[in-house]
Amino acid sequence: MTAPVLELRDVVKTYALKGAFGRSAGEVRAVDGVSFAIQKGDVYGLAGESGSGKSTIARMIMGLTPPTSGDILIDGQSILGRQATLAHRQQVQMVFQNPGASLNPRRTVGQSIRVALDAHHYAGDRKARVAKLLEMVQMPRHFADRYPHELSGGQKQRVAIARALAVEPRLLVLDEPTSALDVSVQARVIELLEGLVDQLGLTYLFISHDLSLMRNFAQDVGVLYLGKIVETGPVASVFADPRHDYTRLLLASVPVISAEEEALRPKIPLINGEIPTAEDLLALRTQAQTKEAQT
Amino acid sequence: MTALLSVQNLSVSFTTYGRRVEVLKSVSLDVPEGAQIALVGESGSGKSVTMKTIMGILPQPPAKIDGGAIFFDGRDLLTLPERERLKLRGTAMSMVFQDPMSSLNPVFTIYDQLGTILKYADRRLGRNRSGKERKARVLDVLAQVRMRDPERVAASFPIMLSGGMRQRILIAMALLSEPRLLIADEPGTALDVTTQAQILKLLKDLVTEKGLALLMITHNLGVVRETSGYTYVMNKGEIVEHGPTAGIFEAPKQAYTRDLIAAVPRLTGRDQ
Repeated sequence: MTAPVLELRDVVKTYALKGAFGRSAGEVRAVDGVSFAIQKGDVYGLAGESGSGKSTIARMIMGLTPPTSGDILIDGQSILGRQATLAHRQQVQMVFQNPGASLNPRRTVGQSIRVALDAHHYAGDRKARVAKLLEMVQMPRHFADRYPHELSGGQKQRVAIARALAVEPRLLVLDEPTSALDVSVQARVIELLEGLVDQLGLTYLFISHDLSLMRNFAQDVGVLYLGKIVETGPVASVFADPRHDYTRLLLASVPVISAEEEALRPKIPLINGEIPTAEDLLALRTQAQTKEAQT
Repeated sequence: MTALLSVQNLSVSFTTYGRRVEVLKSVSLDVPEGAQIALVGESGSGKSVTMKTIMGILPQPPAKIDGGAIFFDGRDLLTLPERERLKLRGTAMSMVFQDPMSSLNPVFTIYDQLGTILKYADRRLGRNRSGKERKARVLDVLAQVRMRDPERVAASFPIMLSGGMRQRILIAMALLSEPRLLIADEPGTALDVTTQAQILKLLKDLVTEKGLALLMITHNLGVVRETSGYTYVMNKGEIVEHGPTAGIFEAPKQAYTRDLIAAVPRLTGRDQ
């Protein structure tokens, strides 16, 4: 049994809350003891809404911010203590949600991809490599000379994927990679990503709030709520038989297009009016924690 | 033929840098009184231009209405004098906008904003309402969008409210002057799924309660199925298919609609 490509062990991230005049006002546990592992070639989905901690997890895996406690391992080796090193960046790359914002508007597609190659001191023929990368994401090579504004949303996201692949990473962190795209475009980008798994032996951490997409793209899913994974398992069984109330609420909220899907949605009444948001609950929980600490 | 809103053979083109592009090609759609209608299409299909033309907020130029008519309550909006049109916009027909962050002014309280809208709507319609009555009306509408504490919400600045609450403020805004037609432009897309589900349910409940007509403009087929009884599918400036929503999903007639439906990921997983 080889080590999983990515493993999180009881990862915690807390942020200090600043009160008036910089006084400390307690702390928020943005990520609260998260553990999961992804085997090579798998797609692991992290489902959660805003405030659930999914972006913080992505940032920690990318080495952009260290966890408060716990460990993050890539191929069985801890990444802690070697944040932001080239070796780490070479193994893990990220594809962001909004390709319009993540590509430099003043660089051509080729230049954008070449920056990644330069940063990693790529020794081979860069022009050929750019052409090869564009081919991998099924774009004609003459697109290397185009600027982002000349591309459609789907094309921009393909370029972002090509740039992430430039340094031959083992793991891609996909943060809502298709939520800015039309459904037909989304279907094609997902198809491309699936093809790349087999072709390049990639592994994905797929972060999304779109449960229907997750059902089709990921093998395993972790439902993240207020910094904790409240439910995890194979996506088919979690969705068919959700155990946690929050998973049920999420599934019941998905707008669906067929009677079969409707049958799968838990029949729970959606609360009409102000339900506590993640932020509210976070505040409540922080209050409870402070109280606990005081007694 | 007694639709509240009837768009007939509407054609619109845009001219930029001397190049003319036809954006709407003879678009026709009907919204009967009290009906819930969806207009669905991907980006660039022309659904927003249709909405803007109906509301009369299309920037002309660069846009130009090449032909057609838009009847609201039997009157053609396109030939109506601007003064008359003003009386309808934001009153008899109003809009629920998509982005609650950019549609609210960050430096005014909710009451300031809703009160001002109501004041101007009243003025356009020649209605008289005292400050006290106006306040009562605003609080009433806030209660209608299920705000638990309308007084507190009215005194809040937008930043003090959650995304879902802000979206509900936008719905309240649209309801202020008792419209007969609501046009909703992708409501809730900027929100979390659970919040979006609530917003859609609220909209549906309100529309049924008050017998309003709803034109839901969206790219999300799931939203279409949840909220509307009749659907128009739009692609490249044309209505490619229309019919009762259930029929469109069960037996789409056009290849475009079929492909669009096939592209939607299913909660049940892939077709076995």
